Amino acid sequence: MSEILASGSKGHIEVRNFSLSYDSIEGPVQAVTDTQIHVNPGEFVSIVGPSGCGKSTLLNAVAGFLKPTTGIVTVDGERVNGPSAERGMVFQQYSLFPWKTVRENVEFGLKMRGMPRSQRERAARTLLGLAGLEAFEKHYPEKLSGGMKQRVGIVRALATGPKVLLLDEPFGALDAQTRVIMQQILTNMWQRLKISVLFVTHDIDEAIFLSDRVYCMTARPGSIKAEIPIPLERPRQQSMMMSSEFLALRRGLMSLIREESLKAMGGEINDMGMQGLNIELHGHSLADVI
Amino acid sequence: MSSPALVRHPEDNMPATAALPEAVPPPATTTPATPSSFGTLALRWYRLNQGRLRATAIGVISLLAFLLIWHLLTTYRVVFFVRFTNVPSPLAVYASFTKAIHDPHFLMHVVLSCRRIFIGFSLAAIVGVPLGLVMGRFKLVHEVVFPVAEVLRPIPAIAWVPMAIMLWPTNEQSIVFITFLGSFFPILVNTLHGMSLVDPVLVRAAQCLGARERAIFREVYFPASLPHIFTGLTVGMGVAWVSLIAAEMISGQYGIGYFTWEAYSLVQYADIALGMIAIGVLGLGSSVLIRGAGHLVMPWRSTR
Repeated sequence: MSEILASGSKGHIEVRNFSLSYDSIEGPVQAVTDTQIHVNPGEFVSIVGPSGCGKSTLLNAVAGFLKPTTGIVTVDGERVNGPSAERGMVFQQYSLFPWKTVRENVEFGLKMRGMPRSQRERAARTLLGLAGLEAFEKHYPEKLSGGMKQRVGIVRALATGPKVLLLDEPFGALDAQTRVIMQQILTNMWQRLKISVLFVTHDIDEAIFLSDRVYCMTARPGSIKAEIPIPLERPRQQSMMMSSEFLALRRGLMSLIREESLKAMGGEINDMGMQGLNIELHGHSLADVI
Repeated sequence: MSSPALVRHPEDNMPATAALPEAVPPPATTTPATPSSFGTLALRWYRLNQGRLRATAIGVISLLAFLLIWHLLTTYRVVFFVRFTNVPSPLAVYASFTKAIHDPHFLMHVVLSCRRIFIGFSLAAIVGVPLGLVMGRFKLVHEVVFPVAEVLRPIPAIAWVPMAIMLWPTNEQSIVFITFLGSFFPILVNTLHGMSLVDPVLVRAAQCLGARERAIFREVYFPASLPHIFTGLTVGMGVAWVSLIAAEMISGQYGIGYFTWEAYSLVQYADIALGMIAIGVLGLGSSVLIRGAGHLVMPWRSTR
């Protein structure tokens, strides 16, 4: 696999003094503020946080789709100025080209690079074989199940040998069983490739299971609330999710996220007239109630 | 786990393998050695195509019923609000049809109409599709062209007849121009609509794989808009025929529309119906052609 995906050991992501705001009719809205994160070469890092905290915004800035309002995003010291094949991305909505077969989808990045047809066909076949999808190379994406679509999406993103892989809640649309299998596939792939990964999710188990490190974000405007190293041994197995070590990490992250979710929802609960129910709405007492 | 093969998940493969037995009969039945296997094969084929067979049968019956009612209404010269006194019977139309197919004059009318459609419609597609694509991609072009298009669009092609005669030196050119106008706007509007519905996530996916502006246009915007482009072509072809026939009736010297109108002037009633049916068949044929082209160009949709 490494001959095709010669990513080397590079892929150092650095996000410094990052903030991003956008204009709305009520004035500028701060989506992410004062954020620093980094991903070391070959490291698997996740970002978790309550919904709407700006974790996808942060990822899109690393991909080059959004420009930071302040701060800087670099990969291997080079400033990110726009999307590029150096930063492969996997989207929650699969985003396979419906008019291309599975193999043509995987070939796309190589075609953009100008690789001759026979060569890229061979490369795509090899990659699909590694993902157990060789039998489906001539199928159109519509015929595939969600899990298969996302496997093709990951293979397609890896085909060009990017320095880093960015995943935006890639398994969010899958059912629970398929999601577990996909997590195993992803961790196996990563184990082989040693590529730097930045993974956005709201699933805490997923983040712990996959990552070397997890960043936990605050409610909007998002910033980094905590950075949690995951010292679980590798390779990871599903059975580890029952270990006391895993559960301790899970408890810790859970309470961090819950605090932030409640903070984010506090306003809404107020708006909905929940005070009439005599629920204390200050800090930890609410957490205890719910 | 030291060299973990990517887990091949049987459940994932299920849909495809589960669909197979239905589509492909088991190998045992493909050998037509035993009569029973042929019987089961025929039975299975019947069961798979039951819906289509039913639709075909009902369609044929419905057409026959139409002919029968037409026959009865004209033989008994029914007058009931509508007067069937002078309407030709199906048999009379058939008689004039057998005469007409040996008449080079009639064939010339048909060929000329088809030629006008071909030129007018092709020009509309050649101008309309690229213009729609460019308008959908570049805001400035859209802002410049759209208002003009919106003002001209509601004007029926027939209303252009006098203007077309003034604009173009020959009658032939003005008729082709009318045909062009009729099909141009549906093609343009549908292409534009297709462009507006392109999933932005697919564009971002292409950018992440190293696609530049031109490649994104060719590999994402264009194929994503194709279904709507073909809707526009189908609608445009229908309007092209409407416009052509009207133009031929008003200003033409040849063509199937002129033939139909001339038959009325010459009191050859059977030829009126013959002309109408010819127009219907030609219109149907051209939309079948477009649909066929659509299946060829968009294989990912015809496998549904």
